[in-house]
Order: sequence, then C-alpha cells, then structure tokens
Amino acid sequence: MTGRSIAAERHGGASTPVFPDVRGLATIGAARGGTFVPLGRTDRTSSELTWNWENDTVAVYKTSEFRKGLKVQIDGEPYLMIEMNFVKPGKGNALYKCKLRNLIRNTVIDRTYKGGDSLEAADVEETEAQFLYRQGDTFVFMDSKTFEQYELSADQVGDNWKYLKDGMVCNMVLFNGNPITVTPPNHVILKVEYCEPGAKGDTATNVTKPVKVETGAEFPAPIFINMGDLIKIDTRTGEYVERVKN
Amino acid sequence: MPSFAPSASWEVLRRRAELFASLRRFFDERGFLEVETPLLCRDSVVDVHLEPFVVPLLAEEGGLRYLQTSPEFAMKRMLAAGAEAIYQVTRAFRRGEQGRWHNPEFTMVEWYRVGDDLRAGMAHLAELADRLLGQVPREQSYAEAFRESVGIDPLEAPDEELSEAARVRGWNGSSHDERDDWLDFLFATVVVPSLRADVPILLYHYPASQAALARLAPDDARVAERFELFFRGVELANGYHELTDANEWRRRAESANERRRKRGRPPIPVESWLLEAMEQGLPPASGTALGFDRLVMTALGKESLAEVMAFPWDRA
Repeated sequence: MTGRSIAAERHGGASTPVFPDVRGLATIGAARGGTFVPLGRTDRTSSELTWNWENDTVAVYKTSEFRKGLKVQIDGEPYLMIEMNFVKPGKGNALYKCKLRNLIRNTVIDRTYKGGDSLEAADVEETEAQFLYRQGDTFVFMDSKTFEQYELSADQVGDNWKYLKDGMVCNMVLFNGNPITVTPPNHVILKVEYCEPGAKGDTATNVTKPVKVETGAEFPAPIFINMGDLIKIDTRTGEYVERVKN
Repeated sequence: MPSFAPSASWEVLRRRAELFASLRRFFDERGFLEVETPLLCRDSVVDVHLEPFVVPLLAEEGGLRYLQTSPEFAMKRMLAAGAEAIYQVTRAFRRGEQGRWHNPEFTMVEWYRVGDDLRAGMAHLAELADRLLGQVPREQSYAEAFRESVGIDPLEAPDEELSEAARVRGWNGSSHDERDDWLDFLFATVVVPSLRADVPILLYHYPASQAALARLAPDDARVAERFELFFRGVELANGYHELTDANEWRRRAESANERRRKRGRPPIPVESWLLEAMEQGLPPASGTALGFDRLVMTALGKESLAEVMAFPWDRA
C-alpha cells in the first residue's frame, strides 16, 4: 500500500488557471455598463491569467469541472463524487446530478447542482500509520513517514478496534490534516487467547464456535481451533479465513 | 479501438445513414424544400440557457460572429421572405453542453410550415416519429404530466411550494433561484424519468415563462404553444406555434438578456436580422427542431451519443 497524496493532485490541478466561463466570454463579447459592445478585444491580460489563484485560500470546483472521483466539502465534511450526470433541458438550466459519498460516515447522498454552482475542494490525503497503543477510548497511531502521532476516538475507529495489534500498519485518511478514518489491512493474523478445547480430528469448517483473540474481540471460528493458534481474519467481513501455522 | 477511429460502429453509422435517407424522403414527399443557412452569423438566438460559441474576428471583419445554436433565425427570415414549407439538416453548436446525451457540436433537423398551428405542428412531428421510430407518440399536457409525477400544479403552485418540492428532492438552492429553476429541476429529475420509456410522448402547453419563441395560448395566457417530443427519457424535439409579434420578441429577448446579466453571462444582441424580418411581417407558422443524433440513439436503443456519432467531442 502506498500513501497517495490527493491534496497534491488537487493543488497541481488548481495551479492551472481555470477561467470562470464568464470572464473568458466577457473579454470577447463584453457587457460594458449594460451596453453590448460587439467589437470586444479577444486577448487576455497577464493579470487575468494569473488571477487570484495564489491568494485563494479555498480551492473551488465549478460545475464544469465536476467529474467522478472529485473530493469536495459539503457542510464541512469531505465527500467523494462517485457519479456525475449532466442533464439539460434544451431550453432550460444545465443540471449536474451527483452522487456523493461521505468519507467519514460512508453514507451516500444525491445532490443536484446547476450551472455556475461550485463546491469547495476537500483537502483529503491518504497515509500509512502504525497503531501504537490504546488508552481507554483513545487509539494512538503514528504516521509511518512523518512520525507524527494521531489520536482517534473509539467512534472514529469503529469496529476496526477488533483487528488492531500493536505495530500494525493501517491506511489512514486525513481531512484538513486530521484523521477521519483508519482501515486495517484486508487480512490480519491474530492469536487465539481463549476458546473451548478443539475437537481432535474434526476438520469441518462449517461448524463454528466463538474464539477470543489477543485484541479482546471474539470471532466465530471452526471447532478444531485451539488456544494459542494463529488465525487469519478478513477485516472487510469479519470472517475467519484459515489457521496459520505457528 | 484506437482513438483516431470512429466511436460508433459501422453498423450503427449505416443505420444512421438510412434514417437520414428516410427523413429526407419524409420531407420531400410532403413538398418541403431543403434549404441551407449560414453557421457563422452576426446574431444568435437570445436565450438565458443557450451559450453560443463566439468566434472572434478582426475589427475590420466585423468584430465577432456566433456559431449558430440552431438555424431558427435564418430559417424564419426565409419565411418572412416567402418560403412556405422548408427543412434543413445542419450542425448546431452549444457551448458547455457535454455529457452522455450532449455533444457541443451536433446534428439538427429543423423545419417550418406556414399556416400550421400548434395542433398541426404536433401532428406533423407525430407522423415523423411514426416514420422514424415506428411508433405514434402519446400526447399529454406539460401541466398534467407534472401533476401526475410531482403532485403539484406547475401553473398555479406558489413559489414556496415549488422550491420546497425541489429542495426535498435534492435541489441545492441559492438566493438567485427563479421559478423556472425549480420547474426545470423537477421536470428533468422527476417528470421526465417518470414518462413511459417504451412509447414516444409529446408534451405540449409549456409554462408561459418558458415560451422562448412560441406564442402564448389564445385561451390561456399561463401556457405557451410549445411542444416537445420525448422517447426513452430523452428530449428529442422542440416545436412552437411561432411567435410573430416583433415587439413581444424584443421584450422577451431583453428580459432574457437581463437574466443572463444576473447570472454573469454576456448578453446576446437583441437587434437582429430576425427582428427586422418580424417587423416586416412573419406569416403564422409552426416550426420544430429535432436532435438527430439523439433520434438515432433512441431509435437504435443506444445509451450514449458517442455510440451513434463517428467523432464525438473528445475525438473531434
């Protein structure tokens, strides 16, 4: 897994001056004090070309830039644009029908924007972070590259606490530099701390019993599993995959 | 397929050519004269939501010209100069309109017949749909289709009711919103998707605020004598019982420009060859514009314009 800086992509994109439609056109067929001047100039001055981008604190996506994969901010929360459809009645306003996934709560919303609307870009970045330790309801991680430490609440970690072993490298998503989600590797190997004794010779995997692992979580596992065994769990489903040789 | 090659298959392009031939036969059989009009003109349709490509010229060449968003103005000048029944197959250009069902450069079929009113214009379009799509369209008024799917009367509902209906369906409103913004939104996201997909449908009597270049109904000033053809959820054609009153057009064009200014869009000249023709006298007529690429797309059951055009925008 490689850390991928989405923020860097965004800044790269925004540094190209993207002209608001109106400005581009206004220099050609311009309105001057309400009077139409058909002989407008077609050049752009250098000050217009370097317009404001450096002073702009918030990068903004205009509807004409809307596309799948955009990370935007709505009501202070980061969203991923997972679908974008352009619809326009022949004699009506252009509409941009978007499906957006909330990157914190994973919920999907439908929003429709009209031509000329815009959305703030979200400063979202993915990084790798090592789980250090848990203290009560606080989970402490360290960025593998910057060594910066982050504290996540039990709420933010959600069900993923079940898989977190000291030193485990997880994928972390930062929004405005603060962690919002942490995702363990797809498969983790955990040591069984307690379970009922295994039935010798019974290798059936469809009959299960609860086993308690080193993180304190319980998973259903086949009845032949014993205390001290190492088992592989799929973190996306919470299902037992296989026993791992010690 | 490499990207230099057409995005449509040869089979589709062959069917497209057949539909073209069939369309021309349809008009020829009815005595329509095929005409051609310029693409680069000094004037252009003044509409709040149509953005023409502006082609800059040297001052001594006249400053600038507009790539036509439709051949409407020029064809109506022909009507004012004695044409009786004319049709044209041409390219039309609309800036910023790009998507699955939009290409900034597209093929438009437009026709006019002197003496036709709303009913006659609709009947003619229905015959054409029957010929090219193999089905006679069902007819319904805009207001009825709107009431059926949204549950609100688009002609009578107060603004607050419309804006609230739009908001709960995902409209991201702003203080600049106008009644037509909510109507368009509800129409595009609720009404059109609820139309039966298997039968073409002709909607008529659009709200007066969306009359564009249509005249208002003589017995109900709330609606315009404007009609549209839809098939498989796609808008295929737009027709009018044409406005002939020059003063009324001047007033609508000025108001459209005022709304364009509010939205930060440059105005389009109100003075035009068309206005001159209308002042001279435009005979009563009905006219319709049909998006030919969309017609091919829906006739062949395709999902996007790129499947029925050789070189869509990103390959042009």
